[in-house]
Amino acid sequence: MSDMSAHVVILGAGHAGGTAAALLRQYGHQGPITLIGDEPIAPYQRPPLSKAWLKGEADADSLALKPLEFYAENGIDFRPGVTATSIARSAKTVALSTGETLSYDILIIATGARAISLPIEGADLAGVLFLRTAADAEKLKTALGPGKRLAVVGGGYIGLEAAASARALGADAVVIEREARLLARVACETLSTFFKDYHEKHGVEFILGASVTGFTGEDGKITGVSLSDGRVVACDAALVGVGARPNDEIAAEAGLECTRGIVVDLEARTSDPSIFAIGDVAHRPMPIYDRMFRMESVPNALEQAKQAACAITGRPAPAGEVPWQWSDQYDIKLQIAGYPFDVDKILVRGDPASAKFAVFHLKGDRIQAVEAINSPPEFMMGRQLIGNRKSVSPEKLADPSVSMKEVAV
Amino acid sequence: MAKITYIEHDGTQHVIDVKTGLTVMEGAVKNNIPGIDADCGGACACATCHVYVDEAWTSKTGTPSAMEESMLDFAENVEPNSRLSCQIKITDELDGLVVRLPESQH
Repeated sequence: MSDMSAHVVILGAGHAGGTAAALLRQYGHQGPITLIGDEPIAPYQRPPLSKAWLKGEADADSLALKPLEFYAENGIDFRPGVTATSIARSAKTVALSTGETLSYDILIIATGARAISLPIEGADLAGVLFLRTAADAEKLKTALGPGKRLAVVGGGYIGLEAAASARALGADAVVIEREARLLARVACETLSTFFKDYHEKHGVEFILGASVTGFTGEDGKITGVSLSDGRVVACDAALVGVGARPNDEIAAEAGLECTRGIVVDLEARTSDPSIFAIGDVAHRPMPIYDRMFRMESVPNALEQAKQAACAITGRPAPAGEVPWQWSDQYDIKLQIAGYPFDVDKILVRGDPASAKFAVFHLKGDRIQAVEAINSPPEFMMGRQLIGNRKSVSPEKLADPSVSMKEVAV
Repeated sequence: MAKITYIEHDGTQHVIDVKTGLTVMEGAVKNNIPGIDADCGGACACATCHVYVDEAWTSKTGTPSAMEESMLDFAENVEPNSRLSCQIKITDELDGLVVRLPESQH
């Protein structure tokens, strides 16, 4: 049942929250929409922060999801620089950092995730940076340039993208990773090895299997990263990219079901029918994998914004999607579809040495996930085959001379 | 500025002034025109900004790059005048451009 005149309050003005507001209007929602964001600027795209924006190839205008006028013109009360402090579910109100209390008919929680900080010595020194917001990216940008040295703590996608951008700006970059390989939590070994080699060719140094114990500093500013073996890696700034944690506290305190994120159903609805949760903060069902999990990606934020907006305006739910994500580093375009759950076979198509290959993760004769390097056909067809659950011939899949259009059986 | 006409699959027309330098995709997204999803924000990574360029304009919008072509090759309902609108930059030459949107981007 929908109520086109309901007051929808959206907590969080990131990719998910901003998109939900715009989609509600696109789908004809008539009631008031209030969009609460803790950052000083209107919703924008975060992915370019570690790539095009950092390299000076994109400006604030191009990052913005919509021009600032859009919100007023469309009757969306956008409130920047404001956070919600608590939710009173029985009264259907939200308390704001400004001291106001706001009533809602429908609440959408899109509070995202925050970068995990390291509870170690020197963590409060100037130059110990994170990369989550435009303000974070601004700080990182000023720390990069010829003659500067960036230490990246954590060999994940954000760290690797930042290292690539640092090199493009003429700065040195050294990546320090706790695990024995890069991308250990998110990618297969073939990909880890490929990215390490590619970054090394571009002058990035790696210290793997190293445990960071603190940051050294002088006059309140970072000078190096201390490792457990006694080494100190000198640097002008350190980017900490060791993962993110969902901002689900406000939901948990209000008694909504949470488990590493706010638990939602296929409509993005929480355990309270008047409250939705979308984007990085949501722990959502993913039917093609027959399980629930939390994703940190733009496509996920958009999909759930769509689910919530459809449910609120009484539209049918969008068709189930295949989750996907991408990363750009140097001239490498990585496109990933699916997640490698329950995989019993990993198959490489193409030659990693040519920087054009794809890694398929199979469960029996079905594709669970594909990681495609400069290989759009493998990504596009792989994504379709994950979605329609068609069986594939592993032999054909492993043979790049066979078109991706012919690998299904 | 260039005047761009976006025609939804159901025939609804949107005539928008788009700043030169932006892409045809950005013109649609920033004006909340339904029918262009643009999941990746213009990284040529998702093929959800597929449009059909009006035949009168195909010579002016240029030819797709190898990357765009191989993305399009696996998209749905592709026609010879299909393009990814994130790869068409607006210039003064494109003033008056007409693009049609597919029924769905998936």
